[in-house]
Amino acid sequence: MPLLEGDQSQARWAALSSSDEGILIVDHLTKLFAIRRTFAQSLGRGVPGRVHAVDDVSFKVRRGEIFGLAGESGSGKTTILRTALMLTPPTSGSIKYKGEEITKLSKSQLKKYRTKMQVVFQDPYESVNPRMSVFEIVAEGLFVNKLVSSRGEAIERVTKALQEVQIIPPEEYLYRYPHELSGGQRQRVAIARALVLDPELIFADEPVSMLDVSIRAEVINVFLAIRKKRGISIVMVTHDLALSKDMVDELAIMYLGKIVETGPAQAVVSTPYHPYTHALVAAVPIPDPEAPKVRVLAKGEIPTNISPPPGCRFHPRCPFAQAVCAETEPPLQEVAPGRQVACHFWKDAHAAFSKGLDGPVVGYAAR
Amino acid sequence: MYYSTAGGDVKAVDGLDFDVQQGEVLGIVGESGCGKSSLATTLIKLLPKNGTIKEGKIVIDGEDLTTMKDADVRRKVRWTKIAMVPQGAMNALNPVFRVGDQISEAITVHTDVSKSDAKRRTEELFKLVGVDPSRYRHYPHEFSGGMKQRAMIAMSLALSPKILVADEPTTALDVIVQAGIIRLLLALRNDFGTAIILISHDLALVAQMSDKTAIMYAGKFVEYGTSKEVYGSALHPYTLGLLGAFADIRKPKEIPVSVPGAPPDLINPPLGCRFNPRCPYAEDICRTKEPELLEAAKDHLVACHFWREIRAKRGGQP
Repeated sequence: MPLLEGDQSQARWAALSSSDEGILIVDHLTKLFAIRRTFAQSLGRGVPGRVHAVDDVSFKVRRGEIFGLAGESGSGKTTILRTALMLTPPTSGSIKYKGEEITKLSKSQLKKYRTKMQVVFQDPYESVNPRMSVFEIVAEGLFVNKLVSSRGEAIERVTKALQEVQIIPPEEYLYRYPHELSGGQRQRVAIARALVLDPELIFADEPVSMLDVSIRAEVINVFLAIRKKRGISIVMVTHDLALSKDMVDELAIMYLGKIVETGPAQAVVSTPYHPYTHALVAAVPIPDPEAPKVRVLAKGEIPTNISPPPGCRFHPRCPFAQAVCAETEPPLQEVAPGRQVACHFWKDAHAAFSKGLDGPVVGYAAR
Repeated sequence: MYYSTAGGDVKAVDGLDFDVQQGEVLGIVGESGCGKSSLATTLIKLLPKNGTIKEGKIVIDGEDLTTMKDADVRRKVRWTKIAMVPQGAMNALNPVFRVGDQISEAITVHTDVSKSDAKRRTEELFKLVGVDPSRYRHYPHEFSGGMKQRAMIAMSLALSPKILVADEPTTALDVIVQAGIIRLLLALRNDFGTAIILISHDLALVAQMSDKTAIMYAGKFVEYGTSKEVYGSALHPYTLGLLGAFADIRKPKEIPVSVPGAPPDLINPPLGCRFNPRCPYAEDICRTKEPELLEAAKDHLVACHFWREIRAKRGGQP
């Protein structure tokens, strides 16, 4: 039984957020990482390259929305998360949190935002300290930020947070250590650690990918419940499209540091416009032996982003690519209500998908 | 197969019966800690010191591995009859040796071919798994994740084994790369008739590849049959729970439901049916009597006291 009546709550959130200017607005964000000069370069031969981790990315996260960033490894998803939190400053571009530009703030000025923007990491086996009890893990942020005046108050708030993440009864778990918890429980403790500080925005970096399939749902349901109850916005970094469809409201597909397609998650996954999204969807295995087999619709593998391909970055792998794709970079533009795509030939790609075809290179297999 | 530990015997693999034919893919699905990786190491007889095979046989081509001397297994069986693509194969390559040399070495150690023949064979294998043979002299760090995985598959194929044991062959790979590996393994099966034992926690991956599927829980099979039967007419509450927990990209928005609880301690597994503490259908009998793996339909075995009731309730609906 689904815990949340999907359609109803979705409509409610849509109504809530349509008038909203967005809790987090990322505008033309670029993050380049310098590569150390080689010896030859220090003698003036050639220029050291730069890694284009995130390149001119703009998006908006509304209040109470679950915003998904999906793509393969190396697409820049995690760098966006780290820059949006100002754990590493962007090279250029703006990040506005509730209308205030946070890229220009000093470390001490940033501090007041730290409690409002929290992170849940991928691997709960590494992100919680094995030598701290559940209470110490969850309460640490309260003490560091001087949000509680007594231990009793801390216990009260920690208990409440644990209850919210379904660690029940919380009193029994306060003084347990991580090794006494299952993977799903550890991840929920990590969520409680974020929640206890009353955040308005939670960044979740692949929060269930390290967990067994059988217990993923318990973590997903916790995220959905806190969003519903507290109206917290969640930015979810993921590579799992099937999961995005079930959990995410607005989805952005990333490729080599760029957003190539955005729209409501279900629409993007069920009718992709960009050939890359198409390839991602076709590669997701379906838990039914009678269903069609996975298809490989993109040639090769994601290239390095030290010197990304000119024009459209996907063109060397794309079955729809033509000469123009190597020359002109397609802008991200609205092609249907709420749907944006950056592709010169999205109509062809979309038509091929609707007909169940693989595009010009029909049946291209990796071998 | 049990592990002996200070706390008692860990019953990691407990009374399994199955067979694999040439050109067949058998999928084994289960959560972490259900004993599926222990099963893989048992099959190739590469057990850690505290692991012993208590009972049973592993017969390949009429020869029983359990009674064979270790030296004979090494010389006559491993690599040539049964080979394994290990879990986390991406980290199984030695970072300081060239990838090609590592595969050639595996060939020269196990056979008496010359170095140059081994090199030629390795280049063939590279081509077979879709890696450019010009990469023979590259080091593992110059390979992407997918290419390392392909190289490991090439290595396991070095001596043309009849059976390939693939333990989570695609974990940590991106979905498009994973799709490539799935197609590669299926092509090997089709072209060479290699039998594959695919071990994974990923129901969707197993559904894509396997002809037969076994659902493993706490060291035992709880459901076993053709994939069509196991997925299409699942009868065991655990299988049903797993299917419900899995997101299906084709279906409309639907929040998956988890299987509550955690897998049991295999030193002292629960009495009766090992799944009973987590089972929504459990009754008294489940806590006292262990259900046998019985034939519920043709090519479909299930170990549950209430499979008839579950089938009636589901009315044949998947």
